[in-house]
Amino acid sequence: MSDHLAVMLERAKDGVRSFGLARWIIVGFLLLIWFIAGIFTDNDLGTLLGDCLVRSGMNGLLVLALVLPIRAGSGLNFGIPLGIVCGLVGGIFSLELAAANPFGLSWLSGVESLSRGGSGFLIAHAVALPLSALLGLGFGWLLEKVRGQEMMVGIYVGFGAVAGMCVLWLKAPLTSPELIWPIGGDGVRNTIVLQDYYKWILDSWGEVSFGSFAPGALDPQGNAPAFTRSGGFYLPTGLMLFWLGACGLMAVFLKTRLGTALSAAGENPEYARSIGIPVARMRRWSIVISTMLAASGIIVYSQSYGFYQLYKAALWMAFPAVASILLGGASLRRAGVMHVIIGTLLFQSLLTTSLPTVNSLVQNSPYREGLANLPEIARLVIQNGVILYALSRASRGSR
Amino acid sequence: MMARAVIRLLSRYAVPILFVVVCTAAITVADMNLSRISTDVLERFFRNLFLVLSLVIPIVAGLGLNFGIVLGAMAGQIGLMTVQNAKVPGLGGISVAVICSIPIAMLLGWLTGLLFNRTRGREMITGIILGFFANGIYQLLFLILAGPVIPYHAKDLLLPQGMGLRVTINLTSVERGLDDVMTIPLRTSAVVQEGTPGAKVQADGSYVKVTRWGEIPMLTLLVNVALCVLIWLLFRTKLGQDLRAVGQDPGVAEVAGIKVNRCRIIAIILSMVLAGIGQIIFLQNMTVMNTFQSHEQVGFYAIAALLVGGATVTRVTIWNAIFGTLLFHALFSIISVAAQNPKLLNSPQIGEYLREFFLYAIIGTTLAIHAWRSRSAARAS
Repeated sequence: MSDHLAVMLERAKDGVRSFGLARWIIVGFLLLIWFIAGIFTDNDLGTLLGDCLVRSGMNGLLVLALVLPIRAGSGLNFGIPLGIVCGLVGGIFSLELAAANPFGLSWLSGVESLSRGGSGFLIAHAVALPLSALLGLGFGWLLEKVRGQEMMVGIYVGFGAVAGMCVLWLKAPLTSPELIWPIGGDGVRNTIVLQDYYKWILDSWGEVSFGSFAPGALDPQGNAPAFTRSGGFYLPTGLMLFWLGACGLMAVFLKTRLGTALSAAGENPEYARSIGIPVARMRRWSIVISTMLAASGIIVYSQSYGFYQLYKAALWMAFPAVASILLGGASLRRAGVMHVIIGTLLFQSLLTTSLPTVNSLVQNSPYREGLANLPEIARLVIQNGVILYALSRASRGSR
Repeated sequence: MMARAVIRLLSRYAVPILFVVVCTAAITVADMNLSRISTDVLERFFRNLFLVLSLVIPIVAGLGLNFGIVLGAMAGQIGLMTVQNAKVPGLGGISVAVICSIPIAMLLGWLTGLLFNRTRGREMITGIILGFFANGIYQLLFLILAGPVIPYHAKDLLLPQGMGLRVTINLTSVERGLDDVMTIPLRTSAVVQEGTPGAKVQADGSYVKVTRWGEIPMLTLLVNVALCVLIWLLFRTKLGQDLRAVGQDPGVAEVAGIKVNRCRIIAIILSMVLAGIGQIIFLQNMTVMNTFQSHEQVGFYAIAALLVGGATVTRVTIWNAIFGTLLFHALFSIISVAAQNPKLLNSPQIGEYLREFFLYAIIGTTLAIHAWRSRSAARAS
């Protein structure tokens, strides 16, 4: 009996160790913030915990998009804004169908109902996925040509895609009054409200909400704070299932013949080539799938956020995603689905909880306006510190 | 033979040539006011040249494009804040700002050098991320600690609550302290027909029109020339030769007894110190400092300018920096005029986004071409 116990203890120890010291520190820090938020502030802990789940589900797919390029040996894919831009194009396409004459084409009129609800969400994907596959193919081809500098080139492909798209948004041939500025002004609006289309289409599928440990904190106007529902714990069942389902599919794919071949191509390209794995093609397709996941990721993100954010909003989106997967324990050469899940939950929870907690802690301080910047500063330092750490740890050489 | 040489020259200088063509076409089509553009370009040229020159040394030493100059720029800004806090006026103020910024830039350069030695082969991406990271620390220092801990007290520097700096600081004490010491205006006069707008009648009854092409700030010019000469001299010293050797082949340099890591750190420290001074020159011309934004894009703009001049990740001359700054800012100036011109873009907003797109496209394309070439070179050997 005691033997059995010792084995179990040993196993638990192994589990704890493999989770990593850095992650235990973050978990401890999170628990501390939750404790403080629950006891010393008037924030509702249940609401906060629910928000952590919502934010993780929102961002999760964008983080998942990073797994395959790391596995295939292309490093951190800072180019996911390319996919994000494709997702936004799909999203805006689906909303334009609500116009009287979509794109000024009369034969397309009368399809308004398609743009609302689940069909709108699907149409957004139907446009975004092929587009992102096509551009991802080009991106993958480029990265193959610039082998050794993938991350640098990726950053600039992402930046360039967002900046170039800004010009196109200004010239987009859209007619729906909800998309364009009412009077004057060029092009599409900066933020587009999804309220009447497919806001929370995933979040609210099988949603569970209950209990409230304390009355939820309201902003001065008496509205619920941004991102929060009516108070109390909220489980966005559909959103979580979608994200974790995608993670599960990825895990299954990595176990298949193709998945192991792809990992082999990343771990040891020479050996992989010698046993007949088409290494370059593996890397290219990992980028294609990554770009497609990013496209779907931003649609999922937006339906939960409630808005499409256009123009320069996507410029910096790669960096939190990269920080999340690294925080989950991935490196420049090693990444798995568990890293995505753990990293996203930890990083997003940290961001989601620290802001309201710090705000209510400092609300009576004469320095509250200055101190309210603390969470954002902490985000910058943690996010980029994690990436710097990973860069300095990877073995010297080609990348 | 001749044709091949021409083709090689064209491909080597593809980016600058493309720039000249685009600029000329835009000016011709839109019939722009040349004197306005020239004034603007001259001003931007002298504002930015020093920052662009600060990138030269690390490239020669094989560290690539130093995106870390953002940290040097922060050091320069700290110097300026200190001067504004103490209200040291004019040229003296600029000198004090430079003296304050140098030790900070050296410390930051040393730390960056240590990091770059750990991330050899990935210095550029490390530099970009390091810039973002340092921005977090900078915000901690000047949003939270300035006031309660860092002893700044001036009312035009601190927020009314006494914690954190203002988002924009008017550099009243050093504004244009370097540029305005002595300026030489560039003018041409031409005899014109009676009735030409802007023409003035002379004593002899003829009509003369004076066109202004901008001003040359002599002291700023002198400082930049001095820097060019110093960089030229540096590469004729033992240290300069070592840096060049490290840049060409670190392995060989190591065998030849050169301390490679030390050389790389020195290159970064020099670059950081120069970037700090460059940022001071930049901001004394702008006269307004966006406390939390002025430094953010410094690296991107300076690097794009250098690349437009024909520099690559491994090859650079001082002339690349000079021509690049001129061409890059000519394009920026022309885009913003073209954007408002009804014959061209007819939207100031598009001009802004186009400028940003060009910025990223220039850097991205040059990096891609470089990686592409060095890969095929590696395969050929």
